[in-house]
Amino acid sequence: MNDRDAATMSRRTQGHATPRSLFEKLWDSHLIASREDGASLVWVDRHYLQEGAFHAFQKMRAKGETVARPDLTVAIADHYVPTRGRSLPIAKVGPHGELARMMDQLDANTREYGIRHYGMNHPWQGICHVVGPELGMTLPGTLVVEGDSHTSTHGALGAWAFGVGASEVAHVLMTQSLWQKPPKRLRVLVGGRLAHGVTAKDLALTVVARLGADGATGHIIEYAGTAVRALSMEGRMTLCNMSIECGARSGMIAPDATTLDYVRGRPFAPRGGDFDRAADDWLALASDADASFDREVHLDAADVVPTVTWGTTPEDALPVTATVPDPERIVDATKANHARDALDYMGLTPGMRIRDIAIDRVFIGSCTNARIEDLRSAAVVLAGRRAQVPGLVSPGSTLVKTQAEQEGLDRIFIAAGLEWGGSGCSMCVGMNGDILEPGQRCASTTNRNFKGRQGRGSRTHLMSPAMAAAAAVAGHLVDVRDLDRGAA
Amino acid sequence: MEPLVRLQAIACALPQINIDTDQVLPARFMKEPRVLPAGYATYLFHDLRRAPDGSMRAEFPLNEVKNLGAGIIATRRNFGSGSSREAAVYALVDAGIRCVLAPSHGDIFAANAVNNGLLPARVADEEMEVLLDLLAPGGVRMDLDLEACKVTVGACSFTFTVDAVWRIRLLNGWDEIDMTRRYAGDIAAWCRRDHEVRPWAQLPEGQGHPARSPAGLA
Repeated sequence: MNDRDAATMSRRTQGHATPRSLFEKLWDSHLIASREDGASLVWVDRHYLQEGAFHAFQKMRAKGETVARPDLTVAIADHYVPTRGRSLPIAKVGPHGELARMMDQLDANTREYGIRHYGMNHPWQGICHVVGPELGMTLPGTLVVEGDSHTSTHGALGAWAFGVGASEVAHVLMTQSLWQKPPKRLRVLVGGRLAHGVTAKDLALTVVARLGADGATGHIIEYAGTAVRALSMEGRMTLCNMSIECGARSGMIAPDATTLDYVRGRPFAPRGGDFDRAADDWLALASDADASFDREVHLDAADVVPTVTWGTTPEDALPVTATVPDPERIVDATKANHARDALDYMGLTPGMRIRDIAIDRVFIGSCTNARIEDLRSAAVVLAGRRAQVPGLVSPGSTLVKTQAEQEGLDRIFIAAGLEWGGSGCSMCVGMNGDILEPGQRCASTTNRNFKGRQGRGSRTHLMSPAMAAAAAVAGHLVDVRDLDRGAA
Repeated sequence: MEPLVRLQAIACALPQINIDTDQVLPARFMKEPRVLPAGYATYLFHDLRRAPDGSMRAEFPLNEVKNLGAGIIATRRNFGSGSSREAAVYALVDAGIRCVLAPSHGDIFAANAVNNGLLPARVADEEMEVLLDLLAPGGVRMDLDLEACKVTVGACSFTFTVDAVWRIRLLNGWDEIDMTRRYAGDIAAWCRRDHEVRPWAQLPEGQGHPARSPAGLA
């Protein structure tokens, strides 16, 4: 045994005779101190900032403090960046004036404290949750936070990643640490293998529907099982991304060969011998065989089919082959009221076929589904076809955009009649002005179908990129597998 | 942060499930600076409270005259789910709300709430139904006792739960950062050790591009 192996072994076994889960190993490796009352101080390895961080900078200044570790802090403009006309200077007045102000604010704050910043026209700009992993900044075994609830995405690499509010952002800026209490551990085991035409998004929506919108509140989720192992890194990120939609602040998947292949060679990842040494540590993070969980949920991948949402919370998800629920037939009064209210807002008739829901727009983008694999799967459906409705495709990062253009995907989208935009959060949250008209209905690859999420009065149906592309072609929600068979 | 020990206030019932933070504070207001004392109060539940023409919806409980000045909200499960926007908490606090009673709250919302002196108190589903019935007439006053973890409406009392660490912080009005300062030595020692244990966890200079966008192209 050489020195490196000995060091690895001692790190693995040191004082841990009892079996531990992936999460417990991440917890132990970040624990700075514990208080008697149960709160623990943990170290933050990566702190991403977006334009909304201005509140946190303000809080930090009010305390007379400065940024503790600018070297571990990375700012990326995504929430307010325009998706159109970025090669020109953004007018400081007019409709884009406020966007310019938000981006300038992030630029000024990061400049003042020496924080790296990828602004609108930087080649590494994009949605933080796409860029962090793609640059190799987010690594297995790291603790990642951002003032954004979809930070759970990074857990796909075997990181402990969660969204925080402005006060916690300020706390991390000032100390590079956070107070946490051990959450409960939920393992979602997905056996079997997803069928052809069924994606990680369908699995994610199925999990959320099964657990409920608050089914995993107070928990972290570890996804495991053969179907999860078989997912690409892109698919794993989609799955972990949606963890927050069933209430879990973090979702995570143990690092394996797929993870290592993804991380190797990325701009900020360790190289050569450093990578090998890190890889040993990362592979050792997997939950021990007899690790315990507070809860376990089992799913069979064979039961997962193309899934869409019909209501106003992500738990309102059903197979595309189903019919819209009838509130009169729901026994639980609160649930019936919710369904009534949701159907009214969504402008749907109880009992109608989901496949008969006509759409006005399509959006393919967001931290959930705008990585290269997502764009490819939408392009496969759209190739040689025309969209019946207008739509926007916003790649997850500028690097994804470049790669998609090299592969000719942009030409497929444009030929189908869709718009090919720049990278950012865009119509997932509408902060940059990419919104629907009141009452408009959108087939969207995003993560939230909340009332008003895509603009006041907007109606959002969540689905996979392939399903959104199929809906664009059909002009209504449709089973992408039928389109493949030419039956739409 | 202002301590919260006891509170006597009007409790307003919002008998819905899943009131997410997009409903509490729509995204389009998040770029506004928070200028106290008014702060974000006018944006609270904006699209639920107001019709598209800006007029107040009479049927929204917080708009009822009897509920003016409410300091407590009682609602159904999963309040504050969704987006991590702390601005949702600012909107509640700036409107004078000090407690949201619900069977469950979004985890990030609850943490944000405590960081701003807002109590996320959990009441069991069945008890919440009783409580919502009691509050239905509007303008009902509630006594809240955080030491005893109890709320009282007339002759009826209900116990609530709140994380023990959070309860102490709220009772004392402690800011987390002030506590953390006492651990500066622990943090420094941990960092030195971590450098040895996880050398790969540092973030080096990236290869291929500058650390910042070109000037003027933010």
